[in-house]
Amino acid sequence: MHRRKARISRRTPANSSTVKVELRHIHKRFGNVHANDDVSLTVEAGTIHGLLGENGAGKSTLVKILSGFISRDSGEIVLDGRPAHIQSPADALRYGIGMLHQDPLDFPPLTAIENFMAGSPTTPALLNVRAAERNFRALCRQFNFDLDPHARVSDLTVGERQQLEIVRLLANGAGTLILDEPTTGISATQKTLLFDALRRLAQEGKSIIFVSHKLEDVEALCDCVTVMRRGRVVGELNLRANGAGRAHGDWPAGERFDVAARIVEMMFGRELAMPVKPAIHQDETALVLEGLLLRSDRLEMHIGHLAVRRGEVIGIAGLEGSGQQLFLLTCAGLEHPAAGSIYVSGRNLTRQPYSAFVKAGVCYLPADRLREGLISGLSIQEHVALRMPSRGIFINRAAAAQEAERAIATFNIRGRPDTAVEQLSGGNQQRTQLALMPSPLNVLLMEHPTRGLDIESTLWVWQQLIARCNQGTAILFASSDLDEIVQYSDRVIVFSGGRISPPIAAAALTADSLGQMIGGRF
Amino acid sequence: MESGQLFIILATAIASATPLVFACIGETITERAGVINLSAEGTIMLCAMVGFVAAKTADNVWLGFVAAALVGALIALVVAYGAITLKQSQIAIGFVLALLCSDLSAYLGNPYVRIPGPTVPPRFAIPLLQDMPFIGPLLFREGDILVYAGYALIGATWFYFYRTRGGLTLRAIGEQPAAAFARGHNVIALRYAYTLIGGALMGIAGAAFSLDFKAGWSYRHTAGYGWIALAIVIFGGWNPLRAALGAYLFGVLQSLAGVAQSTVPNVPTQVFTVAPFVLMILALVLTSGDWLDRLLSYLPVNVRRSLARIIHTAPPAALGRPFEQD
Ligand SMILES: Nc1ncnc2c1ncn2[C@@H]1O[C@H](COP(=O)(O)OP(=O)(O)OP(=O)(O)O)[C@@H](O)[C@H]1O
Ligand SMILES: [Mg+2]
Repeated sequence: MHRRKARISRRTPANSSTVKVELRHIHKRFGNVHANDDVSLTVEAGTIHGLLGENGAGKSTLVKILSGFISRDSGEIVLDGRPAHIQSPADALRYGIGMLHQDPLDFPPLTAIENFMAGSPTTPALLNVRAAERNFRALCRQFNFDLDPHARVSDLTVGERQQLEIVRLLANGAGTLILDEPTTGISATQKTLLFDALRRLAQEGKSIIFVSHKLEDVEALCDCVTVMRRGRVVGELNLRANGAGRAHGDWPAGERFDVAARIVEMMFGRELAMPVKPAIHQDETALVLEGLLLRSDRLEMHIGHLAVRRGEVIGIAGLEGSGQQLFLLTCAGLEHPAAGSIYVSGRNLTRQPYSAFVKAGVCYLPADRLREGLISGLSIQEHVALRMPSRGIFINRAAAAQEAERAIATFNIRGRPDTAVEQLSGGNQQRTQLALMPSPLNVLLMEHPTRGLDIESTLWVWQQLIARCNQGTAILFASSDLDEIVQYSDRVIVFSGGRISPPIAAAALTADSLGQMIGGRF
Repeated sequence: MESGQLFIILATAIASATPLVFACIGETITERAGVINLSAEGTIMLCAMVGFVAAKTADNVWLGFVAAALVGALIALVVAYGAITLKQSQIAIGFVLALLCSDLSAYLGNPYVRIPGPTVPPRFAIPLLQDMPFIGPLLFREGDILVYAGYALIGATWFYFYRTRGGLTLRAIGEQPAAAFARGHNVIALRYAYTLIGGALMGIAGAAFSLDFKAGWSYRHTAGYGWIALAIVIFGGWNPLRAALGAYLFGVLQSLAGVAQSTVPNVPTQVFTVAPFVLMILALVLTSGDWLDRLLSYLPVNVRRSLARIIHTAPPAALGRPFEQD
């Protein structure tokens, strides 16, 4: 014990210039799930290494092991050729390894600035809020983040919390940076700024591990990618070596190749097809908003008139926290508008309780799956039982089990009926949520329907949603993924600086032009 | 009654709440770290007894306080081991300890019932502060060393909570231990430490009764104070200032009951003993209701924020839950 401590303090390479990171033969089991099965990974100093793979492939498990957050069953971590003794995050931090967790790991009741200061090595014993605030604001400016240092974190959106964590991590000046899906909650311009910063850090010799489901991001940023599937490494690609592929697989050297297609094939073992949104063929309206005034602490917004037809998909674009959530909550009957009226299938539901909205066939899927959508601690089967029409006070276990089995089969959920929802991977949680939606639906309201999902799941989810549209459900969804909005929407509304744009036909939009509108130019 | 007299009554009432202040601050610290030490009732009683016996045996009050703090920390160690290491129900452990320690105090303290013992040195005024208008005579004239230590403890705890890195970490481990762990903090060790510190303060509270404000020892000498301390911590929103205010309010209610008892002699005395407890719960419910929040929403944002911090009453998010690390 003592020897280990001594060794750590002798070679304390925090902030040292270059670090080569090697993970060797890592194994990790959760019960009978082999989350990491003999995984080896090498990240050269000064490079950005992409880590890709389907939901539940074991990416987060691997990087959490490197950051000391979870302990490995066996295997070795080697930094600059010397074995590193990482058993806890404190050890990892001593080696200069900092990690941005996939689900924001922060302190919701504390303020943003308190979160920024908590656990930062530069925080003095007596807090100096002013100095921290200066530092914080400077970093926010650098990345074009608009974060209020004195806002409670519980009042921030998931995306804003992610931004806060990015700022905190970069301020701590780690030598090895792990980013587990950092781009899900930030805008296109913010992403460009973040990528520039990461490239700069890599040039300084830092090693960066970047976990993502977005192939464009990986292609734009990474020097090298590793693909995982079902707990194992299935391939590696060098994206910068002028086509001299170093994949385990075979492909003609020197030939031009489509990296994205190649990666998709490694991840899923096959090519994937995009679902196509058919034209709407119904004129009946599902949802009508008339002179709606929305008001919250920070915002006041007005919508003159919006009529959504059955089968129509309305994409909601805008920076996180521009009021999209309030808008969706109001449409779902969970918040009441300050003025104006809401009609669902022709019925006036203004100021009616949530239950009236549910009865009218309105369903809302929130972004924070584990906090608002699903109930931590309950299994898939129990969720199904909760949703089933109740006759009497007892749960019909057999029926619930059967129903859960059916949901798992049709929605392809990787789990068992008795699996607690928080143990499912992000993709499987989203599948569970979709499986739990009631069947005839008039209006479906969603925040970030595919956030954190792998490509296959994303396509699958949209396939399901389009099927719903064909049955006459109107869908309104907010997303920070502009490609997704342009791809699947019929019309788009943009939230920007407290204003809501009139609906724009999606056919007239590209991700780029949409990105500019979010900047406030409409 | 002239105002000078009223002042003295009030000042004495505030001073007599000192043991409760120690207990409330101790429990606040423990609960902020995410651990409930429900044994307060038993801890205070047993430590009152131990403090008295130790001081009597050694003929030194301060040794009494040291012994009480040690025993308080020892009981807290049992709570911490059960709650943090064994991950058992904190409610069950605390409750059993509360009963066990009360009974133990009766059994072990039996030979010491109603005998004279050493007490804390007499009251003194604080030179400059006592001349402050209103506050001076109220707070700085009638106290003894323990009363003034109580003030210092409140201020120091508040400062530690909201102005130091350690305090920020303390709040962090009670809210989201996994996040604190990810930032390199040793959640287990810190929780042990704060539980022990809180227990020691509760021990001192016990000794403050038996060596000062309710000098001596008798069967169930401090009955009820532990439970009221727990209630004050909850209604005090886990904020040291509010918890201390609650404790002082209770002191005032108790002395008012005393005054009332001498003026209306034909009501049973039990009514006056119990009344402060009932009134206290009422007062606490009133001051921590939703309506305060609703009132706040009419204020401008910046005022609201600073006020909201004071009246914010959500418990630490991880209170009572063990930290699982895989
Ligand atoms: N704490 C845990 N307890 C039990 N099983 C777990 C736990 N954490 C992860 N798993 C399981 O380990 C496997 C790998 O999970 P991991 O989170 O590493 O996947 P991932 O590649 O990060 O997926 P995603 O893209 O959805 O984030 C999954 O099958 C998951 O259900
Ligand atoms: Mg993951």
